[in-house]
Amino acid sequence: MKYQLEVSNITKSYGDLKANDNVSLNIKGSSIHALLGENGAGKSTLVKIIYGSLAPDSGEMKWADNKYSPKSPFEARENGIAMVFQHFSLFESLTVEENIILGLDSVGLNENFSDEISKYSKQYGLDVNPQQVVGDLSVGARQRVEIIRCLIQNPKLLIMDEPTSVLTPQEVSDLFITLKRLAKDGCAILYISHKLEEVIEICSEATILRDGKLVQSCIPQDHSQKELAEMMIGKKLTELARKNITIGEDIFSINNLSKKSNDMYGVELKNIALKMKKGSIVGIAGVAGNGQDELMELLIGEVTSPVGTLDFNGKDIGHLNSHQRRQLSIFFVPEERLGHGAVPDMSLNENMLLSRPDETEMTKNGVIDWKKVGMHSKDVIEKFDVQTPSSNMLAKSLSGGNLQKFMVGRELIQNPELLIVAQPTWGVDAGSANNIHQALIALADQGSAILIISQDLDEILSLCEQIHVLSEGVLSEAVDMKKNGLEKISQLMVGGENK
Amino acid sequence: MIKLVPRVENSTLMILLSPLLAMTLTALSAYLIFVYILVDIDVSSVFYTLFVEPLRDSYYFSELLVKAAPLMIIGLGLSIGFRAGIWNIGAEGQFVIGGIAGSAVGLYFYNVEAFWILPLMTIAGILGGMFYAGIAAFLRVKYQVNEILVTLMLTYVAVLFLSAMLQGPLRNPSGFNFPESRLFHDSALLPIIWEGTRLHIGLIVAIILSLIAWFGIKKHMFGMQIKISGSAPRAAKFAGFDDNKTVWYSLLISGGLAGLAGIFEAAGPAGQLTPGLPQFYGFTAIIVAFLARLHPVGVLFSALLIALSYVGGENVQIEYNLPSSITQIFQGMLLFYFLACDILIKYKVVLFKTKN
Repeated sequence: MKYQLEVSNITKSYGDLKANDNVSLNIKGSSIHALLGENGAGKSTLVKIIYGSLAPDSGEMKWADNKYSPKSPFEARENGIAMVFQHFSLFESLTVEENIILGLDSVGLNENFSDEISKYSKQYGLDVNPQQVVGDLSVGARQRVEIIRCLIQNPKLLIMDEPTSVLTPQEVSDLFITLKRLAKDGCAILYISHKLEEVIEICSEATILRDGKLVQSCIPQDHSQKELAEMMIGKKLTELARKNITIGEDIFSINNLSKKSNDMYGVELKNIALKMKKGSIVGIAGVAGNGQDELMELLIGEVTSPVGTLDFNGKDIGHLNSHQRRQLSIFFVPEERLGHGAVPDMSLNENMLLSRPDETEMTKNGVIDWKKVGMHSKDVIEKFDVQTPSSNMLAKSLSGGNLQKFMVGRELIQNPELLIVAQPTWGVDAGSANNIHQALIALADQGSAILIISQDLDEILSLCEQIHVLSEGVLSEAVDMKKNGLEKISQLMVGGENK
Repeated sequence: MIKLVPRVENSTLMILLSPLLAMTLTALSAYLIFVYILVDIDVSSVFYTLFVEPLRDSYYFSELLVKAAPLMIIGLGLSIGFRAGIWNIGAEGQFVIGGIAGSAVGLYFYNVEAFWILPLMTIAGILGGMFYAGIAAFLRVKYQVNEILVTLMLTYVAVLFLSAMLQGPLRNPSGFNFPESRLFHDSALLPIIWEGTRLHIGLIVAIILSLIAWFGIKKHMFGMQIKISGSAPRAAKFAGFDDNKTVWYSLLISGGLAGLAGIFEAAGPAGQLTPGLPQFYGFTAIIVAFLARLHPVGVLFSALLIALSYVGGENVQIEYNLPSSITQIFQGMLLFYFLACDILIKYKVVLFKTKN
């Protein structure tokens, strides 16, 4: 047997769109194989076909030299293919053990799984307590539960969909140790990612897809990150670099801001303090659910802040709503696109009006000048390369990445003095992410201040001069990157210092 | 087998065709019902009386317009509130309170003949409706009480309040104890715009209001606020709109217009305040608003359609001795088919063969 799984000439179309066009992929046993590609490149379609939840239009697969055409995920699992999804499917109110039992296809209810869980837990360094309730676990621990759930079925191929997108750096390196051990013990791993650094670190082979077609299968270590990225997006990337860092005077500060959340499950913010200067890009790193949403609500002005806690150019702005803050030239890009930063059932033109700076630009005494609105939205569409037939398209008809470009562009064309942006490139392909990053840098080069709240640590590291970490509602001081900065951030992200 | 498949884009053709399809299906179903229940009457002549006669006879046509006017005015207000996701179900109650408030002003100046009486009554009617819907707005904003329940329950209170008023302070002193007010005198009555009929100025007011509403929704930030609050409340906060204000605006506008329709009804066709003032216009206007897909100009047309069913329904009651519920069956079917057919705007029907 040369390959554990051979996929040959798979084609799958949805209407006119070829999601997979003659794609082939061979995975050796005991290897970690990367599947690389941007959003919409056809990774998910291919994986769904391998995992039996989609049938290909044409092409064939072989599993350990035998013909393989699964009709359902159940059949795939019977053959020894397991998958850890990007979004976990665990019951929060049940224990780890109960969750693992529920995930099995055939179960003897009286069996004691604790021992087995502990066995895998030790063997692969997957630290979990079988009796703990999943709701109390961190994201990393939940992922470990998912992995054990797969391992208990003795898979020969483990598919992992973007496993590190939610993990802290420490959790990522723990995961890599686990994956390497698994591969050594004979389990092949199909590792889906767009993080090239990781792929180069742990994968022995990589298959790159673009627009549904196979670009190339290669050994990732033979190429630089930049080369791999360019193969993925099919064009040259521009290096990110600030041309002109002139840090000016103070522009914005958060002073000892504490706020209990109105939401029962919300995070209480405690004594948040931050100072920003003109021309600086400040980043707030941290794992999602540690108060980012609550902080963003306060910064946008959807929830008001106590007197004296938010200061912009010497002016107390805590009581202002978002529109009033925009009039002071503070603009925002929230994380959630549909339903927050944009209204799904309204056109792009109408969505332009969500964030309008003042009363004379697109509206006069409240009367809307649709011509001007149209001009502005066309401007955004052109400058930020938003792929859409017209500005009359509904926001929900755009792909996530395109809508993100539109939303970031909508705020950027206002030349804000302060831009507060959450997850600026979440779900955006590498090429567009590069464009958005450049636009942010250009804005800062002009002397504006930018606050980025992001879970993507690479993004924060590559853009920000001043980095804070938000963990359990507490914001750290700026991390000194010269002294073991990355390690410090990692500790802070899991709440190491606050406990 | 038949399957519904989501369309990539909303079908413009279906936006236009779906109301026609709904009307056809309604007529077809009505036909089947008539064939079933009418043993020795010719169904086609019932249909003629129901749908065609009101349009051919000038008296019936004027009555159709008389009934359409309040439906238009209330429907307009509701369509604005419904856009914002504020469900004022109690326009009927606001209609009654508006009628009482306006009539009370008219009756207070019973001895005075002056041009300002009617405008004053109109303002009182609007304020009465606003006040009544304002109760729901206050409870919703202050205590998060569901406005659907409050507005609906208050309707029953309003109807009982009307009969209390007509038994007491507003009763005609020389009316032999009938629970009715005095007849309004000329300066408290709406001007008639079609000589010899009961058609009053309310129709013109409705058309003007509809154009104003259309402008407000299409061209003014107010319309955007309403629309955004209704379809994405978080986005409304992001835009800086005050959601409490949206609740207040929606209820005050729909309540005020229902109150206006109420006083127009009392000072128009009725000419006095009677226990018969509420005629389900407030509830029927909900159908009117949805038939128009909440479009302010569309409301004018859907009100005409519903008014046709009122007048036609009355005609068949008189001529063929059919029950009055014919009208409600007809309106119910129309709304049902209309909502059902609208699914074709977002979905298409695909036929496929099943294996085996």
